[in-house]
Order: sequence, then structure tokens, then C-alpha cells
Amino acid sequence: MNYTFDAQTAVGRQAAPSASAKPAVTLAEHIVEVISDSGEGAQRCGQSLGAIAARMGNGVWTTEIIPAEIQPPARSVAGASGIRIRMGSRQVTNGGDETDLVVAFNEQVLLGRVQAGELKHGATILLESMWREHRDPKIVASYAKVLRALENDGYRVIEAPLERECRTLVSDPRRGKNMFVLGILCSIYSLELKLGREQIERIFGKKDEQVIKSNQQLLEAGWQWAEQNLDFKFRIPATRSAEPQIVVNGNTAIALGVLASGMEICAMYPITPATSASHYLSDVFERVGGIVHQAEDEIAACAFAIGASYAGKCAVTISSGPGISLKQEAIGLAVMAEIPLVVVNVQRGGPSTGQPTKMEQGDLLQACFGSHGDAPKVVLAASGIEDCFYSIITARKIAETFNMVVVVLSDASLATAQQPFPRPRFSADWLAPPVDQSPVPDGAKPYDWDPVTGLMRRFVPGQPHGMHTLTGLAHDRLSHVAYDPAINEEGLRHRSLKLAALQKTLKTPPVFGAPEGDMLVVGWGSTKGAIEEAVGRLSAEGLKVSSLHLQFIQPMPSGVKEIMQRFKQVMTVESNWSDRLEDEIIDASNRRYSALAMILRARTLVDVDCWSEARGQPIKPGAICEVVRERLKTGGMKQ
Amino acid sequence: MTTSSTHCLIRLHQEHHSLEDYQGGVPRWCSGCGDNAILAAVQRLCRDEELRPEKTMFVSGIGCSSRLPHYMKTYGFHGIHGRAFPVAEGVKMARPDLHVFVNTGDGDCCSIGAAHWIHAIRYNMNMTVMLHDNHVYGLTKKQASPTSPIGLKSNTTPRGSELEALNPLSVTLGVQNVSFVAQAVDWVPEVMYDIMSAAFRHRGFSFVRVIQRCPEFLPKMFEPWLHDPQKTLLLTHPDGLQLSAGLTKTYKNQQEHDPSNIDRAREIASLDDPIPVGILYRNPKVPCYEDLRHPAQMRTPEFIRAGFEKELDKVTVWPDEDLQTQRAA
Repeated sequence: MNYTFDAQTAVGRQAAPSASAKPAVTLAEHIVEVISDSGEGAQRCGQSLGAIAARMGNGVWTTEIIPAEIQPPARSVAGASGIRIRMGSRQVTNGGDETDLVVAFNEQVLLGRVQAGELKHGATILLESMWREHRDPKIVASYAKVLRALENDGYRVIEAPLERECRTLVSDPRRGKNMFVLGILCSIYSLELKLGREQIERIFGKKDEQVIKSNQQLLEAGWQWAEQNLDFKFRIPATRSAEPQIVVNGNTAIALGVLASGMEICAMYPITPATSASHYLSDVFERVGGIVHQAEDEIAACAFAIGASYAGKCAVTISSGPGISLKQEAIGLAVMAEIPLVVVNVQRGGPSTGQPTKMEQGDLLQACFGSHGDAPKVVLAASGIEDCFYSIITARKIAETFNMVVVVLSDASLATAQQPFPRPRFSADWLAPPVDQSPVPDGAKPYDWDPVTGLMRRFVPGQPHGMHTLTGLAHDRLSHVAYDPAINEEGLRHRSLKLAALQKTLKTPPVFGAPEGDMLVVGWGSTKGAIEEAVGRLSAEGLKVSSLHLQFIQPMPSGVKEIMQRFKQVMTVESNWSDRLEDEIIDASNRRYSALAMILRARTLVDVDCWSEARGQPIKPGAICEVVRERLKTGGMKQ
Repeated sequence: MTTSSTHCLIRLHQEHHSLEDYQGGVPRWCSGCGDNAILAAVQRLCRDEELRPEKTMFVSGIGCSSRLPHYMKTYGFHGIHGRAFPVAEGVKMARPDLHVFVNTGDGDCCSIGAAHWIHAIRYNMNMTVMLHDNHVYGLTKKQASPTSPIGLKSNTTPRGSELEALNPLSVTLGVQNVSFVAQAVDWVPEVMYDIMSAAFRHRGFSFVRVIQRCPEFLPKMFEPWLHDPQKTLLLTHPDGLQLSAGLTKTYKNQQEHDPSNIDRAREIASLDDPIPVGILYRNPKVPCYEDLRHPAQMRTPEFIRAGFEKELDKVTVWPDEDLQTQRAA
């Protein structure tokens, strides 16, 4: 789309009064976006909408749209800040495809979303109309130009006097607009206003009565405006769960997991997009006796966690790609000395500073093979928001049972996305046992590796007769520095065996769809919802497509190769870089595959293909459908 | 609560340790290395303070200095280059009941681990730190270190080092929350022991720089000081060191210095000839990070559960019976 300058003022469709009784169109699902300049509260509006819909019993997935800067220039294409809410009759597992309805606070941020291809053709747009009468003629012209172009492109644009309407209620409409919009959306989607009022009480609960009242008035005014001025109304039927649900984002789920795992110490250094997990922990952890230590740097955060773990209290360090790279030397120490440690990597775009606020699955190989020498560690990837919570509990348990480093991978898309899921039922089994201070039996050795599993019993400071000096140097069973080549191999062997021992306990992951067919799509991490939705759609079209999602990537459960062999083609779908075969000099001999494809090819000798995207956005189910259809038609990748 | 005298006697017997109880492997340092003097002092300290070996922890980084934990018969953590401080902080935070010592060198502390050193001073966690400062990298075979004197010829500075030496005492005394700074030299072991003892008894981050000889790579560096006792300045004070009659006879160059006077401590720190030996600064009032951070409550499963459920309540969408009946109507 090309928005060339047009000096003529375009006239959009004015919001028209409609009949009071509008029939609500029933929908199975809808995607709505609220887009604004940074600081205008679009995210709070969208999260509230999501929470209300969740309380109605709808499936919900919210995705935040975050600009890189704290205060990007106002009214700029790159400064679009906001939120996308996907609501459905049934459970929603991902952000979905393009947007059906947008509320935009100015035309420039809207343009950002249009240019990114995020709007469905013919989507309905509610656009703040105040810019039409702005005192700056350039803004007036820009508004008119964009409006006209959008209409020419087939969008249905409704000009909405958001600020003007709000000004009748509050002195600073820029701060109240978001709740007015919430009212509009409650009306459009036939959500109960009572739940909207309660939501406002929830979010402003700590503030005074007046703030709550004024926001509720805005909500109601928005509702009224929409009822009187819009000629459409939707209803997304909902089925309420009898179970209580919680609505949190991936980072909060991680933090709750830390709380529930019984870990006591989280050592971290601020980094986007991981930090919000630590923010939440800082607020709540100390109420259950935990500590968030903000260290002087990433290395110190990791070393601090290692020290605490060594002393008997398994600790966690939470970071993102660049921070994890800094920690790698210390991670190697934990591997060598067999100290339990949980490392969370909320991945972002890379390399270097990359795209700090955007999602990418670019760190799988660093997670599996990072550090130096042979440093086996456990790598598991959270496949959704609920999984973020349970992964941490699993990780702590594995770390302490196997005396290993466990890396939990999440990413920026899970970090800020919200989804309702069943409220976890606390179990005392989740918690770590008390620190063992019993005397060590005579003659016991600090590294008494089991010949079959490689496991050993760790001695914790304070245990009488267990005194030894742990070292990052190659060592023998007494933790004495090894100068003998055979001893070095003995250590390597036993540390490696532990991964095999863990692998023996893992179940083969289930296939989503038929157990055999023309194509198997393999994924890991946050793409699960989108992949399975795509597989569902393709199966409905009659295509023989199934999918497999890996939670454990290192060690990889058995049976994966056998599953893959039952399909004519196997393709991974990942959010990272892989060489494009349409590039002139790329061929089978030099093509760099996506991370999981590389691992699967090496491990199984199956000719696994891959398709990947590194656009910083969650992969859409529609995009996966297109690729699969294409590959099935051409019979796999061109050589 | 009363305890029977028999019980006290049993405990006394159990907790009495001899020097051998703290002696681990045979040191592999070069003969004449100053590290041996530090090891001897610290083993004596453990015995005299009757530290339970299983409750005592030596954390180190990498370098000649950092081999020390291997020669103790306590718990030890010989980690990675420059990171002894954050490891020790993690240990202390998780286990305030342990006695934590840190052994680090001029490369480990003042170069690769310098960021951690600055912040360790700020945290002021209760640990005793020995900076084994021999002014040179020994384990990697003679490279200039941050504390090497200007002009030092080494494998990386064959025409002499270009930069002035960093002064670890001045740096430490310049950081907020500094609570204990002392300097010892390996050629006056009696004073080194007294300093370490004061450092151990100070609650907080006790930083002891020990100037030590490297007989392999800098054999002549401290010869003038060894030959002339006047070149060693002993700091004395009723609140600091009190010297034995024997020492007073040999080391006549003495000065009374009140360790609570930080301005004077900074002046003394900047001296390099004569070398000041003694307690430069001590402030028992600086709070320890572990005391500031540690929760008052015992972490029972029930306590954790209650906190967890409370958090979940805030984000829970409950099935709303009212609404359901309303809808059915």
C-alpha cells in the first residue's frame, strides 16, 4: 500500500446514530486492537477487555504491541503502542491472524499497523477524529490523507470523537480515553457493563473512590456512545468454566512458578523482556520469605545464584539472550561442579542488542551448547503461558535431583501475552526439601558417581564429615584436581550420563492429529498454539498434516524419530533465522537450518526441512497454513 | 535456658580442634611464596576461633591465591576467575550461619573481578577477604597486574609497564559502605595474624590486603623493605593493633592511628614507602546486606502456600454463580 500525499481533505464515514435495538451478530471469534501513542493507556484498556471477556467465559489471548523506546515521538508510525485481544467462543491458544477491528488514537500509529500487514482486508477502524480539527494544518492534512487512503483500500473507517466526548467528563481526556474505549468495546462485543465496573474497581482499587467513580463514568459514557452511534454489535458466545481460572502473562507465570517451586533466591540483572518477571517477584517474593537480588551485572547474578545453590538452596537467575551469553562461563562452572541451577531465558531478537522488545526463538543452540567444552545441561521450552508456570517447578526438581543446570526457554511473545488457564492447585511436593545438614557417612566421596546414571549425592556446607573443596577444574571423586587424562574422561562421562538418565524418564510427546500422514510439523516453545491451530484448519481442508511439540529439547525424549518416519515430510516451524532457498547462492550444501531442524537432523538422520520467520512477531496460524499447503504441493523444499 | 556443666564440657570437647583439623592438601605453591604465610595465619585463626570445619567456607576465584581453599580441611569453593565475591555473597545470603572467607588475588579482584569488588564493598556482607597482592600474574607466568609498579618488565610489558599501579586500599576506602580495611605484609606474620583476627571479628565486609612476595617472578621486589624495618610503618591504637615487645624492638617506625578516622585512613592508604601495616579503617555500624534482606518469617510450606494462594486470588476469575443463574433466567 502506498499512501501518497493528497492535499484534499478526505471525509470519512461519520459515526451515525442508529436504531436503539441493534441485532448482535454472533461470531465464533474476533481480533481487536487498541493502538495509541505510548502512555495513553491502550494496554490497560486491552488487558481489561481481556479480563472481562475471560470472566464472561470467553477464550482470550492478549498480545502487547510495544515500541522500543519508553517515550517514542508522538504520532509516529514506529511509535505504535497498544494491544491485540483475540476473543473466542472456545479456548484461544495464540494471537491468531490479522485484526478484525481496530481502535486507533491517531492515524500515524494506525498506519504503522497497516504497513506491518496486521489488519484484515476490510477491517473496521474506529479512528479518533480530533485530528481533523487540529490547529496544525500539517496534522489535519496527514489525517485526511490517511483516512482517504484507508477508505480507498477498502477499510471501513468510523471517525469517533473520543477526546471530545471524554472532555465532558474529565479535565484531562488523554488520561481517561482508554476507559471510554473500554466502554465502546464492551458495547460492541455485548459484554456486561457490570463486569466492566468491577474491573475498574480492581485496577484502581488502591486509589481513592473518586478515581474509580470517574473511570466508571467514562466506561459508561463509552458504552452509551457506542450504543447510540454504531450500527453494529457482536456477540461471541461463551461457556463458563466451573473451575476458577487465572489470567496472567508468561512472565508472571514464571514468577508464580518460582514462588511455588520453593526456591528462595532469584538473582537477576535488568534486561528486556525478562525483567517484568523479576518485578513481580520483587513485589511478592518477600511475602513468602524469598529474596530477589539485583546484582551488579549478569555474571554476578549467575555466580550469586550458583553460590546460593551450592550452599543448599537451589536458586534461579532470569535473563534474556545477551545476559545469558554473559553467564555462560559461570554456567560451565555449575555444570563442571554439578551444582543445581535454574536459568530462565526470556528470548528476544538477536544477535547483539537486536530487537529487545520483540520475540524470537534464537537461543535454542546457545541454551543447548553454550559455555565451553562439553557442558551438558537440561533444556526445556515453555509452550504456553500455563507451561511457563509448571516448567519452573519441573526445572527446580530436575536441577536438584540431577545436580544439573536446567535452562527454561520462554520468549517475548509469552512474556506479555495473557490467557486464562485453570488455577493451579498448590502441592507441598512442589517445594524444595529442607537443607540436608546430616553427617556424611564415613568414607563417602563428594563425587561418588553412579556408574549407570552418573548421579551423585551432593554434600552441602554444614554437613559434618563432608568437607571438600569444590572446583571448576577437572576433578576426581574426592574433588581433588585431576592431573590424569583418565580422570578427566571419567568426569565427562558421568556428567553426560545424567542427561541419558533423565531421558529414560521422559515420555514420548503426543502427536497432534493423525499418527501418520503427508506432513509432520515440529515445533518448540511459544509457537504451539499457532501450529496446532494451523494443523486443525489444514486437517479440516482434508490435508494429512499433524504436529509434534517438544517441551524437552535436551535431553530429547525417545520415540521422536519413529514418529517422524511415519510422515512423508517433516518440517519445523520456528521463529528464528534459516537460509532462504530462493537466495541465489543458497543450496542444500550450505543452507543454514533453523535451530530445532539442525538438532533433529543431527539426532535422527531424518531429512527434516524447516520454515522460519524472524519478524519479531508471533507466527500466525494462517502463515503456517500457507507454507504447508505450498510444501505439500511442491513435494518439499526445492533443491 | 540453663545448660548443665557436663553438657558444656562435652560441647567444648567436641568443638575443640587442633591445627591439623584445618589442614587439607599439601600446598603446591612455590617455596618462599607469601601465600604460605597467609595459609598458616588463617589456619591458626580457625583453630583459635574454634570454627567448626563443616560450618566454615573458603571461596576463591582463579590464580595462585585461589588455590588456598584446597589446602584447608573446611568446605571450599574454587570457582572461576574474578567471580569469588558474587559466589561468596550467594553462599552468605543462603546460609548466614556459615563463616565465609574469600581468597582473591590482584588480578582476580582488581582486574577481571573489579566490578564485583566495588559492589561487594557496598553490600557489606559479613565475610573476611584476603587480597593476596603479589603485584604480578603468577599462574599464567608473569604478566603485569593492575597493582604492578610502573615500569615493571613482564611478558606482556617487555619494555616496562606504562601505567601507574592501582592502589587497592584507596579504592576500597573510596566506596560507600566500606566497613573494614587493613593491610598486612607477609614478612611480619605475627601482625598478619592479629589483623586477620580483627578482620574476622568485624561483622561486615572485612578487606585485608596482604602484600606478599612472588619468589618466582618478582624475587627482588620487596628486598629493600626486608632489609630495612624502618620502611614498614606499623599502625597502632587501643582500638587497633597492640604490638608485642619483640616487634616494637624491631619495627620502630610506628604511628598511632584511630581506625574510625576515615580521612586519615585515606591519607595513610596512599603511602607506598614506608608501607603502612595495620587496621586503617573500621566502622561496625554499617549494615550488612544479608541482615537488610533476610525475611523475619520462617519459611514453612504453610507460609509459602498462604502467600501463593493470596497472589493467585488477585488474578483469579472465579465462576460467578450469580451471573449464571441470571443468564439462565
